[in-house]
Amino acid sequence: MFRFIVRRLLQLIPTLFGLSLLLFIWLRRLPGGPETAILGERGTPEMRAAIRRSMGLDEPILVQYGRFVRRLIRLDLGTSTSTKRSVVSEFLERFPGTVELTVTALVIAIGVGIPLGYLAARRRGRLLDHLSVGGSLIGICIPVFFLAYVLKAIFSENLGWFPSSGRQDPTIDATRITNFFVLDGIMTREWDAAADAIWHLVLPGLALASIPLAIIVRITRASVLEVLNEDFVRTAEAKGLTERTVRRRHVLRNSLLPVVTSIGLLTGGLLSGAVLTETVFAFTGIGAFIYDAINQRDYPVLMGFILIIAVVYVLVNLLVDLSYSLIDPRVRVR
Amino acid sequence: MRASRPKAAIAAVAVAALAVAGCAESDRDDSSGGSKKDTLVFGVAGDPKVLDPSFASDGESLRVARQVFETLVRPEEGGTKVTPGLAESWTPDATGTTWTFKLRSGVKFHDGTDFNAEAVCVNFNRWYNAKGLMQSPDVTAYWQDIMGGFAKNEDETLPPSLFKSCTAKDATTVDLSFTRVSSKIPAALMLPSFSIHSPKALEQYDASNVGGTAEDIKYPAYATEHPTGTGPFKFKSWDVANKTLTIERNDDYWGQKAKLKTLIFKTISDENARKQALRSGDIQGYDLVGPADVEPLKGEGFNVLTRPAFNILYLAINQNGNPKLKDLKVRQAIAHALNRQALVDSKLPPGAKVAVNFMPDTVEGWNGDVTKYEYDVNKAKQLLKEAGAEGLTLRFHYPTEVTRPYMPNPKDLFELLSADLQAAGIKIQPIPLKWSPDYLNATTSGNKHDLHFLGWTGDYGDGYNFIGTFFDRQKDEWGYNNPALFEQFKDADSTADQAARVEKYKALNKAIMDFLPGVPVSHSPPAIVFGKDVTGIKASPLTDERYATAEFKS
Repeated sequence: MFRFIVRRLLQLIPTLFGLSLLLFIWLRRLPGGPETAILGERGTPEMRAAIRRSMGLDEPILVQYGRFVRRLIRLDLGTSTSTKRSVVSEFLERFPGTVELTVTALVIAIGVGIPLGYLAARRRGRLLDHLSVGGSLIGICIPVFFLAYVLKAIFSENLGWFPSSGRQDPTIDATRITNFFVLDGIMTREWDAAADAIWHLVLPGLALASIPLAIIVRITRASVLEVLNEDFVRTAEAKGLTERTVRRRHVLRNSLLPVVTSIGLLTGGLLSGAVLTETVFAFTGIGAFIYDAINQRDYPVLMGFILIIAVVYVLVNLLVDLSYSLIDPRVRVR
Repeated sequence: MRASRPKAAIAAVAVAALAVAGCAESDRDDSSGGSKKDTLVFGVAGDPKVLDPSFASDGESLRVARQVFETLVRPEEGGTKVTPGLAESWTPDATGTTWTFKLRSGVKFHDGTDFNAEAVCVNFNRWYNAKGLMQSPDVTAYWQDIMGGFAKNEDETLPPSLFKSCTAKDATTVDLSFTRVSSKIPAALMLPSFSIHSPKALEQYDASNVGGTAEDIKYPAYATEHPTGTGPFKFKSWDVANKTLTIERNDDYWGQKAKLKTLIFKTISDENARKQALRSGDIQGYDLVGPADVEPLKGEGFNVLTRPAFNILYLAINQNGNPKLKDLKVRQAIAHALNRQALVDSKLPPGAKVAVNFMPDTVEGWNGDVTKYEYDVNKAKQLLKEAGAEGLTLRFHYPTEVTRPYMPNPKDLFELLSADLQAAGIKIQPIPLKWSPDYLNATTSGNKHDLHFLGWTGDYGDGYNFIGTFFDRQKDEWGYNNPALFEQFKDADSTADQAARVEKYKALNKAIMDFLPGVPVSHSPPAIVFGKDVTGIKASPLTDERYATAEFKS
């Protein structure tokens, strides 16, 4: 297992260099540059040229890439052209928000999705089955941003149960350590800050969970149905095991492999794809920041963030691969 | 014991939670608790970029700067006229190149040091003597816009500096000398970029040390953590992870002290999300209210303030594009073809007006007695016929994914105006482009554009900031070369006498509307909204709202 992990991590290095070169060339092929976003309608062609010159953007692309790689080796990802703050600190301030949101959405999606999919399969053709299959179809069809607005309109604007924006009430004087607000609140025993951060996660978490929840319900249901018809289930039942044991040890466990695979893929998507939810809930995360960076041609932020996300994505999938062996002892990672 | 695995996992998580709980110190200041009624949370569209306004040109940085810092002169509350700020009075000498400012006494910076003439000179010399990356147009945009260059220009394309020297004559008297007479002085000194900082803090936090490399500019700690001015609020904290910036009352302020104890700016970039946050009580006010939301929010009892319009939306005509556009008759035909009143009535917020000049009528120098081009389709057709330009096809650029204060909905505006032009027999080739960078690049350089929208929000109350910005030199945006007009601008800019200069602006407005480089379309009043129980704020055309006077109705 150790060799497997090391090999997968070593594979990251050529992947990152290839990705960075492609990204670098592609980004600089886009028309326009950061200078237009910086100057807005105040810019004249002369002023834009002066900024390009001052940023070294008029030099040959390989010279610029060489400079980027030299810095990357020192783990320096440069400074955002729009915020003038270091890309690494921008990431460390924004990524925890995205992780908290992703984890919340996953907890909701897994916690509700697997039991619901399982029960739907067990009660196939009955009301619960129809409700969960129909419901999951709706979950996939409703655009996330629309669901987000509806959730806010009902639970925040009308009922006032949940806050409508941000990660924490700004009037709470919270101590920041890791920028994971819930964790920081627990670590510093500022319980009100932790509770408030959790409170802020509920609505965006629900909105973001809708699609993964629907996918997990459907995959679990299909997988359980398939396993229920397997010979070994009939054998287990025939040899007189209790229904509970058959369910837990044989059916559920064997149904989970495809579900775990899909969770791995969904996590990657959630980490980089929460743009709309983050925007609607004014939630500080990386999604909305990357979107702005594209519009502003903020090359250092785009390069840095996409490379870090690639690393995170590889790590998440590594974890997924490792978890296969926990679920199914026949799978051994080599 | 396989069944125990989930239990083991839960136990492990519980142990980990216990282990982290209490493993870090809270740095909470328990004395800072206050009632929520003296804390205002205001929703803004973007994070500020930098807290030293010398380096800022974005609206959100300037909004914070206007509460924390003060300038020598400032706009009157709710208007654009130059009124006393840190200076009580100012007079030019006979040549108009040296201005003497009489300063307020008894003013202290937030760090307790004294504000005086010496401090003013430290600030001006800091900007003037900028070196290295501080000369990047990306860093000192407004200084370069107003003053041109520096003591020693490191880029040969930079113009010579308008600023010459600063002399502290006594503690409360300071002379600012300039290399020539300029319309910008003293009005431009009200820009937050000319805010006066504490010399001690500037030195202590290495404020002029803009480091890093050319493509990788790093601001010093002063600009991100220690802004120190004389304003009614003091900087407290900037929580990037929670997108909030907190400032608090300066209890030693020389003037009327702020009524709020704490003012928090919270970034909510989505306009609808800001509205929902106001309704749910998360925030007690926000800026950049959508024109369609003004009436509903008023109806719900929110305190919607409409700023006097201090902007212009124009339809630019590029004489370097389609050759027919060089013909004045064709440009006049375009102007007559446009039903600007219908556009203002149907697509712009209440209070918007059709533009007669390329500057709003709140600026001195506005001239009602210019050639006006009333809506007349037949006249437009007639003019096109006379010019031999029937069946003319024009490329009409308009921006997507953007709203500007002067242009809330570019696509709607484009649809109306292009229908008007088509009714007059002009064929339109629509070219929608993303605002940044495509649209801005395409319309301000090259010759691939014929017609496009663009506009401007004034920085300070002098006419040159509008018409001079557009027309005082040859620009790719308009594609014409009119030396006589450029000369007329130069003459106005170098007229020190305010009244005489205003007359020259009037003449310029007349000349511009005769020459018709484009068509001024409209002035739109942007709105800002506060909670039902928030009072005391006066809307400013320059977005110079003073939160110090805000309070909650009890």
